[in-house]
Amino acid sequence: MNNLLIFYPAAVVAVITTLMVILTRNPVYAVIYLILSLCGVALVFFSLGAPFLAALEVIVYAGAIIVLFLFVVMMLNIGRVMNEQDCLRPSRKQMILPGFLVIVLLVETLMCLFAAAPVNPAASSISTKALGQALYGKHYLGVLLSALVLLIGAIGGIHLGRASSCPDTKERSIHAPR
Amino acid sequence: MLPAEQALILAAILFVTGVIGVIVRRNLIFVLMSVEIMFNAAGLAFVAGSALHGQPDGQIFFIFILPVAAAEVAIGLALAVLVFQKYRTLDLWTIARSREE
Repeated sequence: MNNLLIFYPAAVVAVITTLMVILTRNPVYAVIYLILSLCGVALVFFSLGAPFLAALEVIVYAGAIIVLFLFVVMMLNIGRVMNEQDCLRPSRKQMILPGFLVIVLLVETLMCLFAAAPVNPAASSISTKALGQALYGKHYLGVLLSALVLLIGAIGGIHLGRASSCPDTKERSIHAPR
Repeated sequence: MLPAEQALILAAILFVTGVIGVIVRRNLIFVLMSVEIMFNAAGLAFVAGSALHGQPDGQIFFIFILPVAAAEVAIGLALAVLVFQKYRTLDLWTIARSREE
């Protein structure tokens, strides 16, 4: 019963915030809503008996991938036009919904932390040890392949970044006085 | 109904939301964010299947989705920066129209 108490509010928060990602106009707000949505999905993972993946979701998805989005939004400065329309500080009315959703997630997390019974959400919970043994035993080829995917992603990012900075440097060298 | 089955329904809802975002939004950054939502929904479906069968394999496949999503976002955002430098906009309709001309 306890895990359903965690599951339903987290699922509702995830759905509402995901809809808000699609509906908001300002990209910065959309990124923040996406982080909230991922935190909700992380709590769903926790209620399904995957606490390690819940931690991984928050650390890797919300902490690394979404922050990359935030960097690019800041770099390209596409939020500027919207920010001029609704002044830089969000109004109190705009803060009600996200504030409420954050409080729901916070209360749920505290419930998980300070539950009277030791936290063991699902009956079919898979221990992190079994997960690691299966990952590095049966699926070690997948680990190698994902390392390869990350390497290719890094090389592709570096290549595209160099390609984008190359014309600028050429232009500058043309315009530079000899 | 088991929570894992409800989690599958939640994954379907999130995936459809991502698909709608890809179709409806015109900004490249929002399209990439919707793709990310779809990745996450697929991972949720894997984890729900893992909980349904009591096997660790579904969770392992979520771990494999993570580097794929990270590489996709890195390259996609690098391409978005290139597109912005070339066309001075991220509006996909404007970019498509200027390519037709």
